[in-house]
Amino acid sequence: MLEALQMPFFQHALIAGVLIAVAIGLIGPLTMANKMTFMSGGIAHATYGGVGAAIFFGFSILVGATVAALVAAAVISFIAYRYAHRADTAIGIVWAVGMAIGVVLSDMTPGYNVDLMSFLFGSILAVGSDDLWLMALFDLVALSLVWYFYYDFLALSFDPVFAKLQGVKTGLLHLLLLILVAMTVVLAMRLVGLIMVIALLTMPSFSSEQYARSLGGMMLFSIFLSIFYIVAGLFVAYLYDLSSGASVILVAALGTITLFFIKLMLRTIRHHPRHQRRASVRRGGEA
Amino acid sequence: MKTPAIEVRHLSFSYEEHLVLEDVTLEVEEGDFLAIIGPNGGGKSTLLKLMMGVLKPDRGEVRLYGKPPQEADIVIGYVPQETGHNLDFPITVFDVVLMGVLHRRNIWRRYDKTLKQKAFEALEKVQMASMADRRIADLSGGQRQRVLIARALCSDPQILMLDEPTASIDFNGQREIFALLEKLNEEMTIVVVSHDMSMVMGYAKHALYVNKTAVMHTIDPHTRYQIKQQLKDHKGHYCGAEFWQDMGRKIECTSECRHA
Repeated sequence: MLEALQMPFFQHALIAGVLIAVAIGLIGPLTMANKMTFMSGGIAHATYGGVGAAIFFGFSILVGATVAALVAAAVISFIAYRYAHRADTAIGIVWAVGMAIGVVLSDMTPGYNVDLMSFLFGSILAVGSDDLWLMALFDLVALSLVWYFYYDFLALSFDPVFAKLQGVKTGLLHLLLLILVAMTVVLAMRLVGLIMVIALLTMPSFSSEQYARSLGGMMLFSIFLSIFYIVAGLFVAYLYDLSSGASVILVAALGTITLFFIKLMLRTIRHHPRHQRRASVRRGGEA
Repeated sequence: MKTPAIEVRHLSFSYEEHLVLEDVTLEVEEGDFLAIIGPNGGGKSTLLKLMMGVLKPDRGEVRLYGKPPQEADIVIGYVPQETGHNLDFPITVFDVVLMGVLHRRNIWRRYDKTLKQKAFEALEKVQMASMADRRIADLSGGQRQRVLIARALCSDPQILMLDEPTASIDFNGQREIFALLEKLNEEMTIVVVSHDMSMVMGYAKHALYVNKTAVMHTIDPHTRYQIKQQLKDHKGHYCGAEFWQDMGRKIECTSECRHA
């Protein structure tokens, strides 16, 4: 297992995993609190359209994916804002159409035989050193933005109506959040894949919500969990020669389920009859 | 005569084609404790939002201390209806209260010491200071409502507007909230949308019955005192029958009424 650490490609994958985990841990809790999981899924799948376009027209895949993700984020943000009651339908359309464009364009590209599956499910081999710098830069930008707008995001997540009354630009904040999701999706694409990244945005956040006492704590815990899941998943992928994205997701699912049951057990212990007595006395007093 | 705190003149409002409020006229004096009552969908919350200036009337006008809500140089504290849809979200009581001064953060978008002090004082006013570090999800419905009131208080409002603050709270919790409002009423004007006739009759100075149109009713101090005493022992339940009779409306008793 340790000889893996000698390989440059695996070193790249590990560093990329940690860098992408920071972004995922920061953004995931915000997307979950604002019920944006489906929107994130829409962006992730539509991004494939950009990949197809890049292959067909022969420009950089990173550029194609970025443009497609940002366009999808803008469209989804606009729909969610103006047609809130049918937003999920519209997002479903963006989701499928983006994907379809990607598939058709790559079908039409003669003689193209790069493994397209790697964009969907991630590949341990796909990360270059340029990608690492880009990820580090994005982490820095995301960290600054989340720090600067921390209390705005907090208000948006807990009580958007009140936040708006207090002069918070909730519409713009919503768009900013989707743009951050779009960039996270693009940067996570090579390592964990477009489809798998959605689950990574949700699973660590879901666990940390149960344990953390604040949004900041939730982010820290999510980052920690994401790093753990990705690193462990990469080792599994290397050892058994599997898709890195799928391995990461299965490790994450195992961790999420374990944490869920630990929390459930803690709660049961706290609600043990011995602790219950005080509560029932209080109820009796009210009757 | 003094300028009224809130003045509504010949106001009409409709959502799309549906007329919600028609030719509503009323005045709320400074220091008043007004309860807005009436059936569901009668336009209570809509009227509250029009008073705050969140919605704009189709016809007629709203004045706060003589000026339109957008220009008025006063602070309104707003306590929205508790929907509780994001209770899983980890946020402390103190951070919720700080949201009341979101618009007064410094250039780093952070809260200064004075703002934190204000939030703490607001929590003391609603007797929740000891719970500042608790997660909002760990509180009871009544406690949560107090926190939302504290959030509205920390911007030093002249008028406090509450939308159904006691929905889904048990009897004692309701009474505590209304007792708190009565105390706050010494310092500010209060407008509260409420379903609960017993509470309204025991604590408010005026009741406005809203069902497309609006009728103002004064609750005399004597009645108020009596009902409040009954509420204290939790003996009587005031179903508002007399009140509706006064207003020439059909009397509808709830099952709770009939057993009282």
